[in-house]
Order: sequence, then structure tokens, then C-alpha cells
Amino acid sequence: MSVIPPGPDPFAADRGGPAQPLLSVSGLVKHFPVRKGTGPKKVVRAVDGVNFDVLKGETLGIVGESGCGKSTTAKLIMGLIERDTGGMLFDGQAIGERAMPWRSYRRQAQMVFQDSYASLNPRMTVEQSIAFGPKVNGVPGREAVERARALLARVGLEPKRFAGRYPHEISGGQRQRVNIARALALEPRLVLLDEAVSALDKSVEAQVLNLLLDLKAEFGLTYIFISHDLNVVRFISDRVMVMYLGRVAEIGPSDSVLAAPAHPYTQALLASMPSLDPDNRTQKALLAGDPPNPIDPPGGCRFHPRCALAEGVCGQVEPPLEPVRAGNRVACLARQPGSGHSAAPAEVLAA
Amino acid sequence: MSATDMTHDAAVELSGLRVAFGKTQVVDGVDLRLDRGQALALIGESGSGKSVTLRSILRLFPAGRSRIEGRISAAGKDVLALDKRALADFRGGDVSMIFQEPLLAFDPVYTVGRQITESIQRHEKISAQDARARALALFERVRIPSPERRLDNYPHEMSGGMRQRAMIALALACRPQVLLADEPTTALDATVQIQVLLLLRELQRDLGLSIVIVTHDLGAAVEVADRIAVMYAGKIVEVGTARQVVRDPHHPYTIGLLRSRAEGAMDKGSRLQTIPGSPPDLANRPPGCPFAPRCFLAEDRCRREMPPVGTISPGHDVACWRTEEASAAYRAGPQPVAVEMA
Repeated sequence: MSVIPPGPDPFAADRGGPAQPLLSVSGLVKHFPVRKGTGPKKVVRAVDGVNFDVLKGETLGIVGESGCGKSTTAKLIMGLIERDTGGMLFDGQAIGERAMPWRSYRRQAQMVFQDSYASLNPRMTVEQSIAFGPKVNGVPGREAVERARALLARVGLEPKRFAGRYPHEISGGQRQRVNIARALALEPRLVLLDEAVSALDKSVEAQVLNLLLDLKAEFGLTYIFISHDLNVVRFISDRVMVMYLGRVAEIGPSDSVLAAPAHPYTQALLASMPSLDPDNRTQKALLAGDPPNPIDPPGGCRFHPRCALAEGVCGQVEPPLEPVRAGNRVACLARQPGSGHSAAPAEVLAA
Repeated sequence: MSATDMTHDAAVELSGLRVAFGKTQVVDGVDLRLDRGQALALIGESGSGKSVTLRSILRLFPAGRSRIEGRISAAGKDVLALDKRALADFRGGDVSMIFQEPLLAFDPVYTVGRQITESIQRHEKISAQDARARALALFERVRIPSPERRLDNYPHEMSGGMRQRAMIALALACRPQVLLADEPTTALDATVQIQVLLLLRELQRDLGLSIVIVTHDLGAAVEVADRIAVMYAGKIVEVGTARQVVRDPHHPYTIGLLRSRAEGAMDKGSRLQTIPGSPPDLANRPPGCPFAPRCFLAEDRCRREMPPVGTISPGHDVACWRTEEASAAYRAGPQPVAVEMA
């Protein structure tokens, strides 16, 4: 069942068929200049050459420490900030070019942010906020309000009670439901969830995660789900992308990446999740210190100063992102045949 | 052994603690005991009163706008009886606290080292040099790299994890017996969180420190705490050793918290078990058990009468009428919870 009648948007239809990725990102780069004193000009390499595909109907989880570029990636995908270089294809069409102008792309890609309060206009009622997007996109006022009410009901907020309330009059979990409803008001195909459940209490978080699963099935959505909580990502994602200092460290099916991680960084991330077993508490932190500064990322493999497997070659060669097993791509020399790393697997005979 | 000796053994003892702001009864009858050298975690959702309970131990609320009833004893002192001067000595000297956001807890216009030496000199007669030497030793203790240089940093020059370590150093500066930690790792990355949790555990062991940590994350609680107390709507609903609470929960709320965790879901795509509804409005507290409206086992009695605290096994206390049924339901394994929010 669809709450929203099919709009006039000619781009909304599936074009390339199920095999074509919904979103294809290649060579995405974003550097922010920093002005500090009179020294040489420096840049924050927030996103530094990122490639990935988001398949139709899947949930891609993005994980990493703060400063790894996961939120910048999300903003670049939404066009909230301009990319330096790199290409983005939405269902096979280049975003921002004639076939797919930003305006029609944005109707199909929507975002939910971490701070549920800051992302709603405090002077608008919940219903006005949800109806706003459709209205500016040409839906008649009355119809937009009806749509907003239907969506409110769908996310579990009774329209009679909640439609007229202001953001400060409802709880954090309810506000996040409103944000989700607003994101769905334009019937998007892609929804970016940037730490959308991180600020919620655990019991509320579970409710919202269930809601997201239901909505995905009902509206045929594709999610990009950004979170620092690996347990949540494991639960909701089909594939996971691990980022480190603006680059992809590992990407693959979440079962294989999070159950048998190949990259030492993914392993360390997993080991730092608190155990829920009082008899088996964590004894040692695999990573010391804080995530490094993306202003001067180390040469070679960016993870090598914190890596247990690091060797001389890691400081010199930047590892490419290469498949290690079916569907799993890893940027680590120790996993790549012929890389010069002593732990590298032997060269595989031509397959 | 007399009753007073018993109190002396406890690092913190709260009895019948009630805290109200205006008409809102935020903490509603908390009894809690922390033995010396132990670590206790208070867990609960936002608004459960866990932070208020913690802060009342240092009496961090303005007297005019809050009402504290009951008894608070910490580090052998009756906290509610302290006068202004004694309270200032008590804070930091006997009991000290670290906060969720160290950037807000530090003064931005003084170096971190200066703030630590100031605190030491406030509490002890000690030369500036000796105070600085102690601050340096503390920085080494909490393992801040290049401590000498870092003492002269302003708070904004440090990273989040390092600031929290510096905060811990400041809290330990006057050798308190009890350390209170209010969501100390919530603002940190997972990789840094585990380092800070391990540090707290190490300090507890090496310095014989007693720790009360407030967190909403059951995982973080299990990593540091010997005992866990679960709070809901201003009351402690279940308390026991970490093992008792996590392995053998007897309160439906604790069970809900354990079940709603994402790692509990075995199959991808299966739905998470949730606790329906949301916490009660503390200004209009319903009669009976505050959890009853969200509870899968609630019966009429629960909505009428607050259940008394019952002992399941030594040290494991639960406030629920239906502990047997709750425990049986948990042992039976995950099953659909009766009420589900749309």
C-alpha cells in the first residue's frame, strides 16, 4: 500500500532494472581548507577517494570512528556540500547533470539526522513540517496535509493527537518518527540515516529500528545507514562499509565483514564493543589513543601507525581496495597476494 | 557489630532518598549501598532519575529549587548535614565526579594543569611545585602521552578521549575515596570508550577506589561494574551483581532492556523485541508500579499497589509482584511481547 499517489516526477520510476545499483559513487573527494596561523595551507582530507555502490533495495551500513568521513560522505551524497571531484550516478544517471538535476534527485533521496530536535523547524507544527516538502514540490496544500497525516499514522503517531504539536512538545523518539515521516513525504527511493537512532534510549531505539524495517519493506526503500554502533549496523544492514580517515577500509556483506573481518581495523572496532558477558569482560583495548587527525593522514596505509600487523611496506604503499573473498573487498596489504607484506597470502593461481 | 560500623563499611549508602524539583518527584525512594572498593553501575533510560541520584550524592542542586529527603552517607560522612564549608571540602576531597562532556566541565580559559593544581591547593597545604608534580604523576597514571607538555594544554587543544582522561586525573587529584561518573563514555568513540572503561577498572583495582557509574548502556555497565542497579521512573527496580542482573533478570523492565538490544536479535530481518510505550510523566505519576503500563506481565494489582522490594538471592533484590513469572518468561527464551506499538 502506498500512502502517496504517484507524483508527476518522471524520474521516480525504476530505470535500470534491479541489477543496476541505485547509487554508484566513484572517486569521491572532499577536502576542507583549514586556516591556522601563517604556515603552509593545510586541508582536512575528510573524504579522500571513496568508491562504492548501493544496490536497489539493500541497506548499506557505514561505520567508523569520528573523523573517518562517514557523515561527510552522507552530506556529499545529498548534495548538502559540494564535492571536489568524483562521480555519483543515481540509477545510472549522473547526478547534477541534465538528465538528473539536483532538484529531481533530491525528491528521490532524503535524509534523517541524528539530532531530532535541531532538524525540525521549531516554529512549525509537526504536520506543517511533514507537508512542507510536498507543498514546495507542487502538491496542493490540502493533499499535502492529508499525506502528512497518513504518514504520521504510519510511523505510529496518532494524527489527532500529534499533528498540531510543536517539536518541543514531543519526546525524542516521537520527534525521530516525525523526521522519518518527513523524509518519506516525497516518496523517495533512497533514505540516508545519519546516526538516526544514536541519540535515542535503547528501548526507543529498538522501536524505531523495527519501524525502519517495516517502512523499507512497505515502500521498497533503499537505506544508507550510518552509525558507530556495530550491533545496530549488524542488525539492520545487508552490507557494511568500514571507513578510516576518509577511505574505505573494508566493504562486503555484513555477515562476513562483521563475523570474520579481514581488515585489522575492522577487527579492532569489533573488539572494542563492550561484551555483555560479566565472566568474559574485555581485557585489552586493541587500539590505543584517539582516532588520528585527518589533516595530515599518514602516508602509505592510513591505519599503519595503529596497526598490529604493520610492516615497513605499509608505510610506503597505499593498499588498493581489492576482493579477498566473494563480495568482500579489503584495503590491507597483509591480505593481498604479492603486496610485499610477509603475512600476505600466497599468489592464487589464475582462476 | 553495631549499626554504625556497618555504615562505615559502605562507601556510599542511600536510604529512602527522594529528590523533587517543584512538583516533579524525580527520585522516589532509592535505597542503595556501595561497599568500599566496589564499582556500581546505575542504568536506566533518560528521565529515570539515575543522574539526579548520582548528583545528589554531591548535593549538586541549588537548595532553593530542589527538595532532598532521606539519608545520604558517602565516604563516612552524612552528606545532608554538611555545612557550606564542609561540603566544599567534601566535594573533590572525599567524593569527586566526572561528567559526560569534559569540554564543558573544564574551564576553557585556564590550562588543564592549572585547573588540577588549583584543585589540589584548595584542598591541601602544598607548594605550587609539589602540586604540579602531583598533577604530572596523575597524567602519567591515566596514561596521557607526553604528560609534561599536555599539562600546559587548554581543554580545546585535547582530543575527546584525552580530555576525559584529564578529567579523571582532575577528579583523582585530591585522593578521593569515591569516584562518581556520569555517562563518562557516552560522548566518546567506541574505540576510545573501551580504553576509558578499562582505565576506570584499573583505577578501582589499584587505588581501591569505589566507583558509581551512571550509564544508559548495559554493555558499558557490564564492562566496569561489580554490581548493577536498574532504575525506572525514580525507583530502583532491580539490583544485583552484574552476573545476576544480566544472566538471571527477574524484573520485566530489565528483561525488556536485555531483549531490545540489537545484538540479541539472532536473525537478520527479524524484528527486535521492544518495550512498548514510553516512560511515564513524572509529574503525574500513576499509582502502583510505574512500569505497569508498559509491562507484558502487568495485572490489576500492579496498577494499584507499588510492589515491595523482594530478595531473589543474597544481594539480588527486585521490586516486582511477579518475579517468578518474569524469570520464567526470560528463561523460556525470546517470544513475541504481547503489546506492540504500530
